[in-house]
Amino acid sequence: MNKKRFGSRLVAAPYYVWAAIFIIVPLFMMIYYTFTDVNGVFTLANIMQLGRFKKAFGLSILYALISTIITFIIAYPLAYFMTKIKISSQRLILLLVVFPMWMNFLIRTYSWITILANTGIINTFLGKLGLGPLQLINTPGAVILGMVYDFLPYMVLPIYTVLSKIDKSMLEAADDLGCNSLQKLRRVIFPLSLPGVASGITMVFVPSVSTFYITQKLGGNKTMFVGDAIEYLFNLGPDFYNVASAISLVLMVLILLCMAVMNRFSEGDEEGVII
Amino acid sequence: MKKLLSVLFIVLIIACLFSGCGYEYFDLNLIGDYTNNIQNKVLNVYNWGEYISDGSEGSLDTIKEFEKATGITVNYSTFDSNETMYSQLKNGGVSYDIIIPSDYMIERLKNENMLQKLDFSYLTNYNLIDEKYKGIFYDEKNEYTVPYSVGLVGLIYNTDIVTEELDSWSALWDEKYSNNILMFNNPRDAFAIAQFMLGQDINSLNKSDWDKSKELLIKQKPLLQSYVMDEVYGKMETGEAAIAPYYAGDYLTMYETNESLAFCYPKEGTNIFVDAVCIPKSAKNYEAAMLFINFLLEPDIALANAEYIGYASPNTAVVNNPEYYYYQNEILYPSDIDLPKTQYFTDINNEIRLYYENLWIDVKLH
Repeated sequence: MNKKRFGSRLVAAPYYVWAAIFIIVPLFMMIYYTFTDVNGVFTLANIMQLGRFKKAFGLSILYALISTIITFIIAYPLAYFMTKIKISSQRLILLLVVFPMWMNFLIRTYSWITILANTGIINTFLGKLGLGPLQLINTPGAVILGMVYDFLPYMVLPIYTVLSKIDKSMLEAADDLGCNSLQKLRRVIFPLSLPGVASGITMVFVPSVSTFYITQKLGGNKTMFVGDAIEYLFNLGPDFYNVASAISLVLMVLILLCMAVMNRFSEGDEEGVII
Repeated sequence: MKKLLSVLFIVLIIACLFSGCGYEYFDLNLIGDYTNNIQNKVLNVYNWGEYISDGSEGSLDTIKEFEKATGITVNYSTFDSNETMYSQLKNGGVSYDIIIPSDYMIERLKNENMLQKLDFSYLTNYNLIDEKYKGIFYDEKNEYTVPYSVGLVGLIYNTDIVTEELDSWSALWDEKYSNNILMFNNPRDAFAIAQFMLGQDINSLNKSDWDKSKELLIKQKPLLQSYVMDEVYGKMETGEAAIAPYYAGDYLTMYETNESLAFCYPKEGTNIFVDAVCIPKSAKNYEAAMLFINFLLEPDIALANAEYIGYASPNTAVVNNPEYYYYQNEILYPSDIDLPKTQYFTDINNEIRLYYENLWIDVKLH
């Protein structure tokens, strides 16, 4: 018995070593930096000056919320529709959803610049039609578009997984008990799909709130989001590691809180919960 | 059949590896003597990215040519900012024999006693360096450095959109060009422009000077299309933006793609920089490093590097060579009459540096 347990632990050893080196140690370094100054002396000053970054935090949360809502509005009907068609078509649509993820997201984001730019594809086309150039890039809309585009698959996949696993007999029972299709959706399907929705929301909200590349490339690099602030401060050099760590830590706590809330919805049902 | 094919492929790949994938050595006319009996056969070079002729597009490969001439293997790595280079050197995890930082960073390295004096008896080609690039503030006695490349900042603008002739930094604050203006995305360069506008010293130790510049930069922010560094190429070449401050040498590169682009040195003054070759204290192969520095000064090598980098060369053998691509180019080599007053960045003390970096964060957060 003991031997077996030891053996199975050994199998997981590479992961534990990995986690220790690349997750646990950096985490403690971040906490250390957060509560020390440049000379390594304990201080709360880094946390205290985070007020400077409140606009960045606010913008990040706002944009992440908006793009999460939009991805949900697009993804849920799509996932629902997918479960209604024959399996081979489901696979095709699934492939199309996952397809963009095979390309690096930096490249995909960059390609939006060529589409949205003042001299880009859309505006060149509009110009040919004699319509004035529209300001598409460097707008909040472009940033949201970039986020929705990049993170949509993370919303579709968990919802689709959960929806496709709903026991057909449940739906038949609902029919038998006299539900019309709207009631069926509202009182049977949606509640049963909540774990998938919760995990989709987490998987879109978390990367959105900490994103930095999209905001710089599509937003004109003029407004600083939290991700930008962290990246920027680290790039400025060791003098700013402490403040940057403090922002990262606060961001992480915010994300953990959000995940804790989301996990309440998916309690008792492990399926579809990826994080 | 399949087996045969795969064997064939492997043979091909190996053949390619051994042949160095077809770099053909140039027929060089070297002045210096590179025969040596150095025991340590490895030289670690640390330079800016894309800052040496590397054999791409049929150009000369400086590193390969040096290896051929000396039998010493070069470990070449690159950095993208002086500060990155500095922290690498300071942390001491790696040792480099050759570094090529900019003026103010050389001053800091020298003040922190991180550089070695050069042995000029090795540098038989040093006489090719233009006198005006000797004795600069970071190395007044010419002991530690050999200049490598020189640049000036100016104003690039697209004549399709900007119909007037520009001669002032104030164009970057002109509401006419709102949403068409690009700005440096790093504190030192961005502040320098504001400081030239306000007639301040760009190395001012007076905090209120920096405060005033910050106000000016905040005033500029709503008019900007974007803060950029390397993205400036694409945005100016396609006409996405109309005005941007950037380096003269890079303007010439952009001009090759878009001939509507014009350039000027603003009358308020501008920043000049010199990047120079030095040997850090931690170097392990001093002798080979000296050979390398002399090799960089070779007319053929310096010419290839000057043409590849596209900035001005401090090497008279390059500047006076009629076959040089930028021979007598008025933008890279403006006469003193055309050029407004220039200022170098010097190494500002930590307190002021932290102060303006924080101001810059405020500008960005605004």
